[in-house]
Amino acid sequence: MEEGCMINSNFLGISLFMRCLRMLVRILVLLYLAGAPALAQTLCQPNASNGCRVRISIKTALGNQAYEWNENEMFLFRATMAFAMRRYYKTETYNVDNIIMCNQTLRVSFWFVVTSPENSTMLIPKADVEKAVRMSRHRINNAFLLTDRTLEFLGIHPTLAAPVNPDTPPWLIVFGVVIGAVFAGIIALLVSSLLQKRRKEKGMMEDGQDEEDRQMKGVENDNVLDGIYNRGFTDDDRFTKL
Amino acid sequence: MPEEGMEDNKGREERPKWNNKAEYLLTCIGFAVGLGNVWRFPYLCQIYGGGAFLIPYLIALVFQGLPLLYLELAIGQRLRMGSIGVWSSISPYLGGVGVASMVVSFCVSLFYNTIVAWVLWYLFNSFQDPLPWSQCPLNHNNTGYVKECVESTPVNYFWYRQTLNITPNMETSGSLQWWLVVSLATAWSIVYICFIRGIETIGKAVYVTATFPYLVLTIFLVRALTLPGSSEGLIYLFTPDWEILKNPQVWLDAATQIFFSLSVAFGGLISFSSYNSQKNNCERDAVLVGVINSATSIYASIPIFAILGFKAHTNYVTCLNGNILALTNEFDISDMNITVENYEQWFDSLNGTHPSRVSDLNLKTCDLQTFLDQSASGTGLAFIVFTEAVISMPGSQVWAVLFFIMLFSLGLSSMFGNLEGVLTPLHDLKLVPKWMPNELFTALICLVSFLVALIFTMGSGNYWLEVFNSYVGSVPLLIIAFFEIIAVAYIYGIGRFSDDLEFMTGHRPNIFWKGCWLVISPLMLFVVLVAYVAVQAQTHPTYPAWNPDYVNFPDTEVLPYPDWVFAICVLLSSVPVISIPLVAIYRLICCMSGRHSKGSLHNDPNIYANEGYVVES
Repeated sequence: MEEGCMINSNFLGISLFMRCLRMLVRILVLLYLAGAPALAQTLCQPNASNGCRVRISIKTALGNQAYEWNENEMFLFRATMAFAMRRYYKTETYNVDNIIMCNQTLRVSFWFVVTSPENSTMLIPKADVEKAVRMSRHRINNAFLLTDRTLEFLGIHPTLAAPVNPDTPPWLIVFGVVIGAVFAGIIALLVSSLLQKRRKEKGMMEDGQDEEDRQMKGVENDNVLDGIYNRGFTDDDRFTKL
Repeated sequence: MPEEGMEDNKGREERPKWNNKAEYLLTCIGFAVGLGNVWRFPYLCQIYGGGAFLIPYLIALVFQGLPLLYLELAIGQRLRMGSIGVWSSISPYLGGVGVASMVVSFCVSLFYNTIVAWVLWYLFNSFQDPLPWSQCPLNHNNTGYVKECVESTPVNYFWYRQTLNITPNMETSGSLQWWLVVSLATAWSIVYICFIRGIETIGKAVYVTATFPYLVLTIFLVRALTLPGSSEGLIYLFTPDWEILKNPQVWLDAATQIFFSLSVAFGGLISFSSYNSQKNNCERDAVLVGVINSATSIYASIPIFAILGFKAHTNYVTCLNGNILALTNEFDISDMNITVENYEQWFDSLNGTHPSRVSDLNLKTCDLQTFLDQSASGTGLAFIVFTEAVISMPGSQVWAVLFFIMLFSLGLSSMFGNLEGVLTPLHDLKLVPKWMPNELFTALICLVSFLVALIFTMGSGNYWLEVFNSYVGSVPLLIIAFFEIIAVAYIYGIGRFSDDLEFMTGHRPNIFWKGCWLVISPLMLFVVLVAYVAVQAQTHPTYPAWNPDYVNFPDTEVLPYPDWVFAICVLLSSVPVISIPLVAIYRLICCMSGRHSKGSLHNDPNIYANEGYVVES
């Protein structure tokens, strides 16, 4: 009898141990599953050294056509950031899970960090994230119908618009047109004055005496009158000496 | 009285005539209505209590402006000569008045056309998108904006750096700015083409240059009244402050504004009316020109101030939006929850709950009144304030182009009078060689003016322009006008003048005109002259300099004029008027030594000479 009890107590002890072990494993698994996001949360914190803050002003940008910022938009943001990381590193390993966001406010603003695809506890340095964002800034903006000023990555300055340098400054073109027209006008007027003067001189030399006679100037009461020589009255002595 | 109604008719061309009355009137109106009507009168109206300023202004117009205007038009029409000839005819000792007019006209046309050149430069640059004064250019390595532009504003930067390339003070002359030289050449070429055939071409040009500004002002008026904030600007402009009438400075400024606005004493009006026929009602012309000039000033101030009100409103909203953004970002409030309307409530509540955080933001105080008080006159109004307003208007290129074409027309029509005041006396003095055609002579004068005006295209050109504007275009004119009125009223004699007027207009001048010419106008002119000189002499003159290295940049640094510049200022004021006593002394010496000076100007021709009778043998 004593041997059966001893075997029974041993059997009980082992099963208890196995149960404990199983519970421990279960707890650990549960902890791991529950703790993963908690772990992720500790990775993403406001003012973290490798985190970036984003500030979005949808109503300012779109006015009446503003969309609401909800979980779906957050998902789009994570997908766009993953795209930017893929493009920068030229690899296809980045995924939506690698972008972790936290501390969302009503503003709308939030922080995000990027984890490495190989090691989910390792964060990509802020400098690299910034470079990736700069490279794909235009695409990120367009995904949200926003601009550099309404989708702000704090710490990344908006790119300055490249100056448009036309080959000839536009003002020179306008100046050229105006000065060309003016000089053409001057030459035209001078030439026409010259021609008029020549015609008048020629006319005067041909008619000679007659012109002078025709344009007599009479003066009456300090008013200058244009008199016309009355050719009905001629000095016959000039022509006939009978 | 000397019969100057005849020209030498031995085959020379007769005195040019206006094609019709409209051309003559439009030319006189265009000469009187200039840039000052647009950018000086609204400013004066604003700083001197709005509607209340109209009272001293209209009093000065009636008692000083109109009599002078009538006098000049009448004398030119009667004696049918330019300024030198006219005053020499009245009395040989007064020929200096005409010479002074001519010198002042020449100096004024130099700097006035430079302003027209600046307007042209801005006009050429208005055909771009975006407008060059709307944004700062990038610096050398494209990392940021140019520092000078960021510290001031893009419009200031475009004016002071990209247009004038101004030096920090007057001693540094800088070099000729080629783009300004080019604009100046364009301006003088356009003036020349309008002067090529004398009043024949001027008469055609004024159909456009004298009427276009009114069209543009009306367009701007309609546009401005639909902009937000325009009503505040207009209320601000016209709200009368009757207390201001007790300040003598207001009366002085009203008198000087009317005087300079009517462009008397330049000799240009005398020249224009000398091309009239003698039987022309110059009284009606004078009243018409004077009234239209003042009406234009008042009419122009309405759209100008509507637009300035719009600009103040825009600045106010921008200032508020900056504060709103700061508050929204600091307290993470939802976007667009704080608006311009509820800003006050939000600010009070946030300041109550988190005063330290709010004060750390260093929010700007935004007051609409402060923005409305930022007034400017002169080139500051046109090239800085107005260009800034135009950027905020939709379709800015159109408005900029319209505005600068309007300024160009105003300046060009005034240039006609300025240059005419130089050319006609030279023609009448027979200083033009016989072999030289008129076109060549005009071209020569334009070329000489262009070369001398190159001073104003240097780096320090703007400072020199202000010197010319303040010292040539002010005191000499007052002195000349004073001598003019004394000459006609007392030396020529009011009786003889009344006879002339009866001959020309058909009736004698009434008691109002006689009273003004004899007593009121000379007295007013004398008082204005003395007061003006006294006010100027009180302070050592200073000028505002644009110096990027200045401690308080972007405020302008107020520097005193160097001594050599001050000497030049005194010279500029005195050299034109020194000719008045000089010529009188010269004639006195000639007369006393028994010789008659050359020229038939003061030899009375035989009034019995009937030149209709020519002996042919």
